[in-house]
Amino acid sequence: MSLQFIVDGLLTGSMIGLGAIGVTLTYSILRFSNFAHGDFMAWGTYATLAVVSAIGATFGKVAPIGPLSFGWPLIVALIVGMAFTALLALLLDKVLFARLRSQGQAIIVVMASFGASMALRSLLEFTFTSRPTYFSRAIQIAMPVGFGIRITPDQIALLLLTAVLVLGVHLLMTRTQTGRAMQALSQNAALARIVGIDVASVVRVTWIIGGALACVAGVMIGILVQIRPFMGFDMLLPMFAAAILGGIGSIPGAVLGGLIIGLAEAGAVQLIGAEWRAAVSFIILMAVLFVRPIGLFGVRER
Amino acid sequence: MDLLGYGAFFLTTALIFSLVTLGLNLQWGLTGLFNVGLAGFVAIGAYTSALLTTPDDAARLGGFGLPILVGWLGAMAVGGIAAALTGMATLRLRSDYLAITTFGVAVVVQLVALNAQGLTGGPFGIGFIPRPFGSLAETPLLFNLSNLAVVSAVTLVAYLALEHLSRSPWGRVLKALREDERAAISLGKSARFFRVQAFAVGGAIMALAGALQAHFTGFIAPDNYLPILTFQVWVMLIVGGSGSNLGAVIGSILVWAIWAGSGTLTSVLFPPEQQARAAALQIAAIGVMLCVILLIRPNGLFGDRPRRPWFSKRAKLVADKSSSGS
Repeated sequence: MSLQFIVDGLLTGSMIGLGAIGVTLTYSILRFSNFAHGDFMAWGTYATLAVVSAIGATFGKVAPIGPLSFGWPLIVALIVGMAFTALLALLLDKVLFARLRSQGQAIIVVMASFGASMALRSLLEFTFTSRPTYFSRAIQIAMPVGFGIRITPDQIALLLLTAVLVLGVHLLMTRTQTGRAMQALSQNAALARIVGIDVASVVRVTWIIGGALACVAGVMIGILVQIRPFMGFDMLLPMFAAAILGGIGSIPGAVLGGLIIGLAEAGAVQLIGAEWRAAVSFIILMAVLFVRPIGLFGVRER
Repeated sequence: MDLLGYGAFFLTTALIFSLVTLGLNLQWGLTGLFNVGLAGFVAIGAYTSALLTTPDDAARLGGFGLPILVGWLGAMAVGGIAAALTGMATLRLRSDYLAITTFGVAVVVQLVALNAQGLTGGPFGIGFIPRPFGSLAETPLLFNLSNLAVVSAVTLVAYLALEHLSRSPWGRVLKALREDERAAISLGKSARFFRVQAFAVGGAIMALAGALQAHFTGFIAPDNYLPILTFQVWVMLIVGGSGSNLGAVIGSILVWAIWAGSGTLTSVLFPPEQQARAAALQIAAIGVMLCVILLIRPNGLFGDRPRRPWFSKRAKLVADKSSSGS
């Protein structure tokens, strides 16, 4: 068995982990599992793609940065895409989720997110058709780094980006007032309100972080694999599994869960075959639910 | 004559959907269990029955050439067991975990259907599934009408049985658990046990519907059981009104009429190369419709969810805290 699966697994794991942060935050703060989260990913990616093409049309061809496959347009577009996805999440919350939450049945919100997910994905399919597209068709040469492992410059850049983002969110959650307010709300909502935490602003921050990170995860998939309307929906099960494996509400848990699932998937692809990849997250999910339903870093609900 | 034949065909399909919706109504409407992987249970039923009843095929396991009725019973048994296992794994946890797990079940069933060629025939599916009244296939009208009769009879039996169940002591326990779990438990009812039962019976009904569909069309493939099926059935239940068996049946016929009608409309209005995009728009429209119904008329046409004094008080707390200002 070649050790290449470690690199592949870490990359898949980063995508899953970045997505799972959004899932775990929505779940612990807004208390519902958001089935539309995968489609935030896809919408963010298509938005980024649209901005890249717009920049390409205005400025002509831009040389890529160093050995990477993309230049500054993609970085600018990614930032615009993150803002767009955050706004999309906020908008969907305003027109749909917030209203249903105020009616008080948590599971109805889950169902609405399921309906919204179908609608969002089909709109993408309508606008861009289901044909896969790419940010760049250039082929990168993977460099050997020893032990039979090869890695491309894009992959290194994206792994670094993931590390920076995860560290940033972790610091935000643990070192800032907003982050502590989010933790308080997820641990004890009633008490958090009593001490005067502004629930509405915490809800907003939750959607902004979740949406922006979903966009990054989607763009990673776009750079390393391909862009399709179903790209986010197919990530849904791994993301849920990662969030539950890591323990609902825990950011390090979500990322670690994502990495474990990514590595397990990559290992399974080598050992069993790529067609069974999607079953890995389900098996891990079931194992967690039977053995330790609160996950690795979870706390029991109060 | 053609119109009558098409009407029979349409109604047969709609009634098979009704059967799935009835199963979902038992799980969600009566018991409050959220199943977003029902396409998986329908597929389990269809494949089980197909394996049991098709003539022997060297390329895969079986078929065993058994009578159709055995196929149906087998489908119900396997579907019920699969649902019971899913329920046992998750029903002691928060309701969202069941949703996520059922979603996973559908993904895995789809994977097995696609990849386990020795069991399911892979992407090409299973053909030559025996059809009741297959000898009448030369006269399509008679064939369609007799199939309609069979499907109507099965749906009617399921409907009456479910009506009876929901009024029986068993059904009252389920409603009690849905409305006020703590009170029901304090009366000595095991919440988990009753829920697993309801989930299993619902799964068995869905599997039976899958089997009926398989024997009606004579051919099944993994593409029949995509998440879109789950979504359609949910819309049917919500439109009809969750909690009402009559609503489930009427909602299914209504939504299937809208679905088939808009499908015909798009195929007339759009050129062939745009069909796929038009179909996507159709799904998006139905998705928006589901959200709108949830927002403005959560009880659907016939829904019977009464107000819950205890629950809504707690729910109001949650609502206040999450909606204040957002």
